[in-house]
Amino acid sequence: MTDAKPLLRVRDLKVTFDTPDGALGAVNGISLDVGAGDTLAVVGESGSGKTQLAFAMLGLLAKNGRAEGSVMLDGSEILNLPDSKLNKVRAQRVSMIFQDPMTSLNPYLRVGTQMAEVLQLHRGMSRREAMKESAAMLDAVRIPDAASRLAMYPHEFSGGMRQRIMIAMSLLCRPALLIADEPTTALDVTVQAQIMELLSEIRAEFGTAIILITHDLGIVAGACERTMVMYGGRVMEAGPTEKLFEAPSHPYTLGLLAAVPRLDVAQDELRTIPGDPPDLLSLPPGCPFAPRCPLAHPPCRETMPPLVPFDGDRVRACHAPTEEVKP
Amino acid sequence: MSETLLRVEKLDVTFAIPKRGALPWTKPHYLQAVSKADLTLARGETLGLVGESGSGKSTLARAIVGTIRPAGGRVLWRGQDLTQYTPAQRRAHGRHVQMIFQDPLAALNPRMNVGQIIAEPLATHRPEIGATDRRRRVGEMMERVGLLPNLQNRYPHEFSGGQCQRIGIARALITEPELVICDEPVSALDVSVQAQVVNLLGALQKEMGLSLIFIAHDLSVVRHVSNRISVMYLGRIMETGPAAAVTATPAHPYTRALISSVPIPDPKLEKSRHRPILKGELPSPMNPPSGCVFRTRCPIARESCAEARPPLEPAGPKHDVACPYHDEVEAVETAK
Amino acid sequence: MAMFATGTAAETLAQSAPMGPPRSLWADARARFFRNRAAVASLIVLGLVAAFALFGPLVARHSIETIDWAILGNVDEAGGPCFLSGPDNEIPPCSDSGHYFGTDAQARDLFARTVQGTQISLMVGVVGALIAVVVGTLYGAISGYFGGRLDNVMMRIVDILMSIPYMFVLILLLVVFGRSILMLFVGIGLISWLDMARIARGQTLSLREKEFVEAAIATGVHPFRIILRHIVPNLLGVVIVYATLLVPSMIIYESFISFLGLGVQEPLTSWGALINEGADQMRQGLWMLLVPLFFFVVSLFSFFFLGDGLRDALDPKDR
Repeated sequence: MTDAKPLLRVRDLKVTFDTPDGALGAVNGISLDVGAGDTLAVVGESGSGKTQLAFAMLGLLAKNGRAEGSVMLDGSEILNLPDSKLNKVRAQRVSMIFQDPMTSLNPYLRVGTQMAEVLQLHRGMSRREAMKESAAMLDAVRIPDAASRLAMYPHEFSGGMRQRIMIAMSLLCRPALLIADEPTTALDVTVQAQIMELLSEIRAEFGTAIILITHDLGIVAGACERTMVMYGGRVMEAGPTEKLFEAPSHPYTLGLLAAVPRLDVAQDELRTIPGDPPDLLSLPPGCPFAPRCPLAHPPCRETMPPLVPFDGDRVRACHAPTEEVKP
Repeated sequence: MSETLLRVEKLDVTFAIPKRGALPWTKPHYLQAVSKADLTLARGETLGLVGESGSGKSTLARAIVGTIRPAGGRVLWRGQDLTQYTPAQRRAHGRHVQMIFQDPLAALNPRMNVGQIIAEPLATHRPEIGATDRRRRVGEMMERVGLLPNLQNRYPHEFSGGQCQRIGIARALITEPELVICDEPVSALDVSVQAQVVNLLGALQKEMGLSLIFIAHDLSVVRHVSNRISVMYLGRIMETGPAAAVTATPAHPYTRALISSVPIPDPKLEKSRHRPILKGELPSPMNPPSGCVFRTRCPIARESCAEARPPLEPAGPKHDVACPYHDEVEAVETAK
Repeated sequence: MAMFATGTAAETLAQSAPMGPPRSLWADARARFFRNRAAVASLIVLGLVAAFALFGPLVARHSIETIDWAILGNVDEAGGPCFLSGPDNEIPPCSDSGHYFGTDAQARDLFARTVQGTQISLMVGVVGALIAVVVGTLYGAISGYFGGRLDNVMMRIVDILMSIPYMFVLILLLVVFGRSILMLFVGIGLISWLDMARIARGQTLSLREKEFVEAAIATGVHPFRIILRHIVPNLLGVVIVYATLLVPSMIIYESFISFLGLGVQEPLTSWGALINEGADQMRQGLWMLLVPLFFFVVSLFSFFFLGDGLRDALDPKDR
């Protein structure tokens, strides 16, 4: 947030879906900045709008979705650009990896062919060069015996390996920003640890900024400098990860942290947040968390609290004063 | 706590994998999903079963329930060998053992309403209970799991994931079983809902004196709910012991790697943590390594590990580990 | 004092209870279906065709076999539909003859014959589809659910039945046992369920892996009860769609046999037989072809649209 001209600047982004049951507001006015080489975690549960936020930024929304607001990349607007221009942006400046790598790998093509195609198309390389570069990239994501793996098909790899291949593919054009949407949710913990380590090495090696979208507070703690907590399509609070975890300033963050069982601490019973995640079709007029919030009072149900800066580099959206938000 | 409810002895489960493109009568490949597994479970106890995908933990659970026929070994329920049961006996036994599943919505028949779903085990095992009485019991059970009893004529897709899991729990408990096998019951739920379900299970266990087998890949949740934990890798049980001991002082190098992979939601701690990350990939279960199956990824493996499968040996009070060199793990790690 | 209460069982009574009347998947599908205009229109058209078949006999002024001697011998000129009657042709006005659709080549009332042909054709289609639904679904569900050797044997039987040239067998049946509607139904019943059995089995194989089926097995529910309560209701979506598409194919099938002259026996008739006769008279009396053809084409189109609409309505991917 300190950069004068950030790499990515999102202002008041809104995403609405037209469904048979009415308009569904998935993202309701989100602003964020990511500087070059930054790491930002976007944390939220199902229905928080975290994935649609990323999709909207890259123009990947489903057909019935609309995005409003502003998304500036390197100072130029990319929201709602025509696909032809977005393709270029997506290939060269920003790339995205998904929870299930198989959704973005073509099962009928060899891994090497798929990787080389990207390079030939976007970096004008010859086939030979492209294959060489692809092998180098597989090597960079710690896939052993990279050159011979190029001839294999995606289904011949394990889940963790596929995610590595996805990361390698997304890095081919040396993007300035990598958006990782739940990159480890489908993986086992030991593989998750490998992938998270890889992401931090990648960042050190290539200087890529990373937006990590996840529901898992645990992996955020070790991976990102800043964290943004979303609920019901809105930002609840954001700030440096350490401060946010040490002294959560929003009842939702606090509840979320208390609800996670910890391996290093013995607990009798878990603290719970009563109720269920919000129904985006019928969001309350005020704070979306109000129906489940232990601190909610009448104004919370009527008006959405604005995002207010505090403690230097943090922001929070809560009517209750900070002192009241205590475990 | 002392009465043994269930004892699993040297249980083997093998799956036949037909060779691709082969004629129907050619011999298939065999996959050993569970190999010589031993377990005991006391009344009212919770046993956590931990392992990554492909570790055979779900298969082991299904062999205990009886939906998969084991290839060898015994499953003793109060001394009775379940593997010798006839299909009819097995079905009748369903009254005592119930299951809770990972995907809360997929575990409920979309064409049946909630009342019918919860009542099904009751209708199966207690047909003498009349319809009105059954409805009343279903309502009571719904209340106990935190659902409004007047929602009996609703359909599963009208409920949230957490509520669906409560329906699944109500169905599992309606016959007042003695053992409930929970197969990843919270891993598909949101964090904030996960805690609700974990607490609910704990409370109901105390109320009804249930024994639980809690299967999960998430060690933090397992540690939280279990009295004892068994760790599985490639169909073998690597370590069994009290939950606190297994998580605080793990003896097997695999358990250590597993625990160090679990992220802790505390940035400061996370930065200072020493994390030996497990390298490499899970070997193919069709062709497991000889001797100790973990040796290919083990930091303290040596030649002798390839020779024979190490037996479970005591490593502490009620704490068994299948690694003869577990004492040296500490030394190796501090040396690094 | 903790800000978040530790949850007990009773504390967390569901807050967001679903509102409104209970919505079963069927109710949802119905709502989706009625939003599809083409499908609703086809349903209305099919309703009209069915009403025509049911109540037509009340409207017809002649029986299917009465020969109108006044027209016989001059069918080409006077046999046309009576509403075309005018000073420049010889067709008697409707008030006189009552041949709304004209007459066939033997001067029999085409309206009455079309009504009767519609009855037979619809019946053939519906009975064929019904046999397919009942036999095919159960056969496929049993085969798929039990799997293993039973599945192998049951499916090989289907394969064998399918590999027999059914048209040949049916013609043989009709020749050996004589041409009768019953034989027609037997023949159609013999083959109509084969595809359905395969479809039902395939669906069952994937349903068997679902956790709700596993839950029922683990609970100890009897296998046949699992098939009836858990498998079959979840097959019905696919089965209904396929059955809707099967009705027209059965009608076409019967029409083809009747077109060959092996179907229903005179004086009874069906769409196929009527079209066959009409095709013979195409040059002299085009109406004899057009009238049955109109019913045939309109009904078949409607069945296809209906099938499409049902597929969209019942497709669980939509949610």
